[in-house]
Amino acid sequence: MSSAALHATPSGHDGAAATHEQRALGFWLYLMGDAVIFALLFATYVIMVNNTAGGPAGKDLFDLRNAALETVLLLVSSTTFGFASLSARTGNRGAVVFWLLVTFALGAGFVFLEIREFAGMIAAGAGPDRSGFLSAFFTLVGTHGVHVSMGLVWILIMCGQVMTKGLSVPVVSRLFRLGLFWHFLDIAWVGIFSIVYLPGLL
Amino acid sequence: MFGRLTIDALPLYSWVAMGGAAVTVGGALLVALLITWLGAWRYLWTEWLTSVDHKRIGVMYIVLALVMLLRGFVDAIMMRAQQAFSLNAGGYLPPDHFDQIFSSHGTIMIFFMAMPFMTGLINIVVPLQIGTRDVAFPFLNSLSLWLTASGAGLVMVSLVIGKFSTAGWTGYPPYSGIEYSPGVGVDYWIWAILISGVGSTLSGINFIVTILKRRAPGMTLMRMTPFVWTALCASVLMAFAFPALTVACGLLALDRLAGMHFFTNAHGGNMMNYPNLFWIWGHPEVYILILPAFGIFSEVVATFSRKRLFGYSSLVYATACIALLSFTVWLHHFFTMGSSPNVNAFFGITTMIIAVPTGVKVFNWLLTMYRGRIDFHPSMMWTVGFMVTFVIGGMTGVLLAIPSADFLMHNTTFLVAHFHNMIIPGVLFGYLAGYMYWFPKAFGFALDRTWGARSFWCWMIGFYLAFMPLYLLGFKGMPRRMETYNDPSWQPYLMVAALGAVVVMLGIGCMAMQLYVSLRDRRKTVDLTGDPWDGRTLEWATTSPPPPYNFATLPEVRDREALLDMKERGTTWQRPARYEDIHLPKNTAVGVIVGGLAGVLGFAIIWYIWWLVVVCALAMWVALVVRSSDDDAEFTITAAEVKQIEDARYRLLGSRT
Repeated sequence: MSSAALHATPSGHDGAAATHEQRALGFWLYLMGDAVIFALLFATYVIMVNNTAGGPAGKDLFDLRNAALETVLLLVSSTTFGFASLSARTGNRGAVVFWLLVTFALGAGFVFLEIREFAGMIAAGAGPDRSGFLSAFFTLVGTHGVHVSMGLVWILIMCGQVMTKGLSVPVVSRLFRLGLFWHFLDIAWVGIFSIVYLPGLL
Repeated sequence: MFGRLTIDALPLYSWVAMGGAAVTVGGALLVALLITWLGAWRYLWTEWLTSVDHKRIGVMYIVLALVMLLRGFVDAIMMRAQQAFSLNAGGYLPPDHFDQIFSSHGTIMIFFMAMPFMTGLINIVVPLQIGTRDVAFPFLNSLSLWLTASGAGLVMVSLVIGKFSTAGWTGYPPYSGIEYSPGVGVDYWIWAILISGVGSTLSGINFIVTILKRRAPGMTLMRMTPFVWTALCASVLMAFAFPALTVACGLLALDRLAGMHFFTNAHGGNMMNYPNLFWIWGHPEVYILILPAFGIFSEVVATFSRKRLFGYSSLVYATACIALLSFTVWLHHFFTMGSSPNVNAFFGITTMIIAVPTGVKVFNWLLTMYRGRIDFHPSMMWTVGFMVTFVIGGMTGVLLAIPSADFLMHNTTFLVAHFHNMIIPGVLFGYLAGYMYWFPKAFGFALDRTWGARSFWCWMIGFYLAFMPLYLLGFKGMPRRMETYNDPSWQPYLMVAALGAVVVMLGIGCMAMQLYVSLRDRRKTVDLTGDPWDGRTLEWATTSPPPPYNFATLPEVRDREALLDMKERGTTWQRPARYEDIHLPKNTAVGVIVGGLAGVLGFAIIWYIWWLVVVCALAMWVALVVRSSDDDAEFTITAAEVKQIEDARYRLLGSRT
């Protein structure tokens, strides 16, 4: 007895499909607004990258192995989220929860590596209050990290919903938006990798 | 336990500040007592504060805007009174207090008067004009309202506990940084703006989806009313410009709270980045405010000239052009920052270009009036007053767009006169026209015309008296924001400007009188048809005030002026063969709770009460998660109930003829 069956019947809602289409568009617009935030943080970083005020610069601080590992974790987590979406389409609840948990583990690994990197930098006296460059670095990368962390909480909530409510129409539509969010963070990370870490090390 | 909040936060430093605090606290107590005396708390909570009905949310937005208009105006007249008499003297306001007043005046008028007024009008009117039952995200709508109200609340609290910012409404660093402004003032400003800014972003997204996805059958994009078009363009700007404000204020907050160096003088800060970020939001903001007002003028001028709007598509394209161009002119707010001549020239030229589509619109309105049968309803008076006054402001704007001229006029009262000349006639007159035009739709009875006209004339004359002298003073070199001065030739102009503020005060008094008289005589102006002005668009096709579901059956649109078209085909008030069940969103307290928590969160950050920050953030998080997991957020009005409401309406309609 899945509630998907209940919702599939034309129960007079002026289109459950229409509602979810509106939510999808609204969420796209939110992501575009978020993209404006990232764009301005990127711009701020680029104009401040040389404002090291006598402190350490990117090449003294960044570790390409760490950044590459973070990239792998996040990109693979996007793939595993894709598997969760595919499983949702075939209605396989167990598989959805499994792939969501794999995604969660990979994302948590990413956040762990980022926190370790931040902690190391702060311990080495290169915290966000050291220079304009480091303020911009911590704010840009940290904003992305906060997004990923919120995404992790959201993944857990969706695991709970899939287990308790099943793959109902509202749950699947939320999963879809979570997917948009998660893939969007991937794109933002690709930007961070190629604008912050690579030029910082080359 | 209480962070840096101590008994010293009370405004015991001056009699004037204590007076302001006393009025604020007294006013709040008075309202609370009145509600208690009327026994209306439960009604207020269940029917209004927790409502997700777009019409009620709209009304609450406008109530907030009118209250904040009063507060912002008190600030204005205090400044005028100070400058009129502070030649070679301190006046009655110490510098620190004067600076708080001009900062709060600008902040309030933009964020907590104009923004809620606009959002309120869009909320009430747009869903009706596009023939739908609610906005796309009714809960988000309620949340936006309460976030905005929380921001306004923080500004009001700063009157009583602590001080407000002295850094002006734009809060430029390094002055607004922790080094030069260590107090709570700038923090009040930052958090009031950040919290209400989130609300505005969400409103923008909500209206875009509503307009793009929920139009009645047959309403193509080019059949949308001018107001819906301008609301759409303004919403796009809201959704994409407000994130820039969030970044600007967020980075400033990080500088102040976490000791970062985005905009500081030392340690590699770049203070010039702040004006860029701020005005990337700030210039579109001007158009966010003014485009919907242009839409209102277009509606009013067509209705009261009894003519189709002249050049509808040119107006639509002009609106879209302005929306796009508004992102390309931000640097004209700081030509003197020292960008290269080429950069300044680029932004000077784009600024002149953006005046062109605005000019197109003036001709749209003028030619709509040409050979029309004009009814000088107060809304029409605001419109004509706007056209005459606004072109003056437009011309001084083009003058300021020339970088070399701007170097002379920059930071003088000429600039102050210019932007008031755009925003008072362009924005405020537009909203007041909309307020008097759509009031009967929202409440079921019309506003008094005589008092409306009196209010218009006071505002109009008062505006000229208050701001034309400032243009001249700007030419004479008077900088803005001076609490004292020593040039005796300035004083006569400042006296006239102060007189202008008094005349504007009479205009506000007339508005209050209009509301009172109209309420008293509401039986005489009651609107039984729902169409008091012989209107042309869909909002007039339903009752005044509309039922919760707006339209019993969704209207079929065949023409840009949908209602006029129905009238011509004689299908206006046809009863449908049968009614169907209608699903509407349930009221919810989550919006008001989360909004309130956001206000407390802001207060806690301002005063460094970190445990309270954590508590509020967690509580907000939990409330939102619970709400977003709720799959049962709708209730049903059955067909029989709809029929009952509609039958009553047709009985009234029948009794009229």
